[in-house]
Amino acid sequence: MLKLNDVSVGNYVTIHELLSTEMLRERMLALGLTKGAKVEVVRKGPSGDPTVYNIRGAMIALRKEEASLIFVEE
Amino acid sequence: MGLTHESMKSNAFIDTFNVEKTKNQSVIALAGNPNTGKSTVFNALTGLHQHTGNWPGKTVVNARGEYSYHGIEHILVDLPGTYSLFPSSVEEEVARDFLLFGNADAVIVVTDATCMERNLNLVYQIMELTNNIVLCINLIDEAKKKKIQIDAKGIASELGVPVVLCAARSGMGINELREAVYQVITGSKIPQVKELRYSNAIEEKVDLLQRLFTESMTPGSSNKNLRWLSLRALDGDSKLIDNLLYNATSDEKELLIKANDLSISLEDKKKIRERIAEEIYHKAENLKASYIHQSTDKISRDRRIDNIITSRIFGIPIMLLTLALIFWITIVGANIPSAFLSNILFGIEGKLTILFHNLHAPEWLHGVLVLGLYKTLAWVVSVMLPPMAIFFPIFTILEDLGFLPRVAFNMDHMFKKACAHGKQCLTMCMGFGCNAAGIVSCRIIESPRERLIAIMTNNFVPCNGRFPTLIAISTVFLASFGGNKYGILPTLAVTGLVIIGIAITLMVSYLLSKTILKGVPSTFTLELPPYRIPKIGRLLYTSMIDRTIFVLIRAALIAAPAGAFTWILANLYIGDLSILAHLAAFFDPFAGLIGLDGYILMAFILGLPANEIVLPILLMAYLSTGSILTFDSIDSLREVLLAHSWTPLTALNMMLFSLFHWPCATTLLTIKKETKSIKWTIFSVLIPTGIGILLCFATTTIYHIITFLIDCI
Repeated sequence: MLKLNDVSVGNYVTIHELLSTEMLRERMLALGLTKGAKVEVVRKGPSGDPTVYNIRGAMIALRKEEASLIFVEE
Repeated sequence: MGLTHESMKSNAFIDTFNVEKTKNQSVIALAGNPNTGKSTVFNALTGLHQHTGNWPGKTVVNARGEYSYHGIEHILVDLPGTYSLFPSSVEEEVARDFLLFGNADAVIVVTDATCMERNLNLVYQIMELTNNIVLCINLIDEAKKKKIQIDAKGIASELGVPVVLCAARSGMGINELREAVYQVITGSKIPQVKELRYSNAIEEKVDLLQRLFTESMTPGSSNKNLRWLSLRALDGDSKLIDNLLYNATSDEKELLIKANDLSISLEDKKKIRERIAEEIYHKAENLKASYIHQSTDKISRDRRIDNIITSRIFGIPIMLLTLALIFWITIVGANIPSAFLSNILFGIEGKLTILFHNLHAPEWLHGVLVLGLYKTLAWVVSVMLPPMAIFFPIFTILEDLGFLPRVAFNMDHMFKKACAHGKQCLTMCMGFGCNAAGIVSCRIIESPRERLIAIMTNNFVPCNGRFPTLIAISTVFLASFGGNKYGILPTLAVTGLVIIGIAITLMVSYLLSKTILKGVPSTFTLELPPYRIPKIGRLLYTSMIDRTIFVLIRAALIAAPAGAFTWILANLYIGDLSILAHLAAFFDPFAGLIGLDGYILMAFILGLPANEIVLPILLMAYLSTGSILTFDSIDSLREVLLAHSWTPLTALNMMLFSLFHWPCATTLLTIKKETKSIKWTIFSVLIPTGIGILLCFATTTIYHIITFLIDCI
């Protein structure tokens, strides 16, 4: 299964499952990272991390630790 | 509207969340996602009738304001920005608890017209909680530019709530918003909020629980509340359930526990929570698809700007240049008003002295009031006010522009290595202005662990009250080598100290995260909002008024009494020495170990109320003139210090200790308030003080070894 942090810039993916727990999980759900949501990988930061994702029309930066908790499908 | 008000007889929260009101007043809560221009709506509604609560005080919310409409006084409460009513940060918890346990008569939900899908999530959640809701779709001007069309009527009939399109920046739609709120609170137009129905599996469970609640709950609770309660028994976090339990009567307690047990095992709860989030977002998607249309315009302006601002090559240089520019403008720009204020205020001092003399007032009274109290007040106002009045507005402008989140984004990798949050660089920058303000600004860090780290290390950045000390001491000692007063050496020394401060910040952040803060949860998500042109005039006005009042209050309530107190200590004699001198003698042995003297250590202790009075207190003690001095010239300052056998080591350690010692009283109160913990407040004293003593002890020892070796040769 593909993790969100392994998707390269410019690609679109669909959320499959969240592995995060507690507060981080709540935060992800609140931002709209729910099953089936479309996410665009927009850009990487100056040193390659964090990465900006287009989540439901908002630009949200996630570190690779957080993004690796999100399983996605192409 | 809250559950507790109707059905759960809350009292614990009443003090915190009840806004006092009289018969002709209504309380309106202003909720919304972060970055929706909520504060602009707040400003547009209230005009200048507002009190921001960002400084130590009573309020748990960001700001309060009032406006009058058709004879009703509306008290507007600006809640912290929140993505959801399932809190994932302290700020969000405040917002949720106010909506739950507070006494608001209506809620305005502010949404960003350019990001409706995500914003609707919160709207749906609040709709489950209350019927008295007005949806304000803000930034409609920006949406137009982005060719987004919004069918407000369609959305209104779909949701069953009044919808107002707004461009708060230009005031468009604000009167309509006032009218809509008025109609809701007077009941002339009660929103017919459509109930949010979930899939059958969830609804079956809700029915079951709701029946249980209906049978045994206090009469008078509405079905809506019971439905909400049932849903939260199904998917709510344990903290919410605890809060509800805390506020319940014993019967209700039993019921809640029963409902909680009945509903589920924990794993199920997690699944249901996720299903509910999914279904709400699904409804948001559908609503967007039906009523919001965007003609596609792929490469947006924001992305082109981000290509530069967050680029690999230019990102960091642009950011450093901007920050350097802010500091330069602040330091250079503050000189003129500072000199102006100082002339006026110290001029008044002369007149006061003449007045006291003419009234034949006793010498001690003149001493306490004029030489102690007034002089300190004048000093703090003239030194502190101008830089703060320049620094904070510039900072706010950059924030509103959307630049600061990009700075946090660019810097994050560095802070990540120190186990801290990218936004900590912003709270540190705020700390240069004032550590108390820096600590309040740590609210922008949602992650609990990183927030605590940022709070406890903020003091390592020299604030506006300590900068003058650093500059003066380094100029005195290094200019003699560099030759001229504005030489490069003092500048380098101060820069070096700031860099040491930053290095220690990162080190301490890392250590805190690995030791006492281990296990505190950590989340990192950073929203990069669209670039927006702030409404500068308005912003300058509020942020200047805010800071001015803050500095004045601080000067009057904290620094001035400290000045009077110090004067008394310096002028009360026991034997042939003043109390001040006795104290200095007491501290002298220990101070000697860390390369300072008793007077210096005492000045730091007496300077607890405000760091900016440390150097003046020290000079007053040295000269025993019994009152605070301003240093007329660097040369006279040097003479005084050398006369008290200062060496370059004393100067270095004075600067190091200024950077690393206990935070000032205001900062400590702020830490206490923000962390709600005595433990973390005590740590915030011990950590920098410990580091300061260690560093100064090390430099002293090294210095002694070197001088010893030189003597041997």
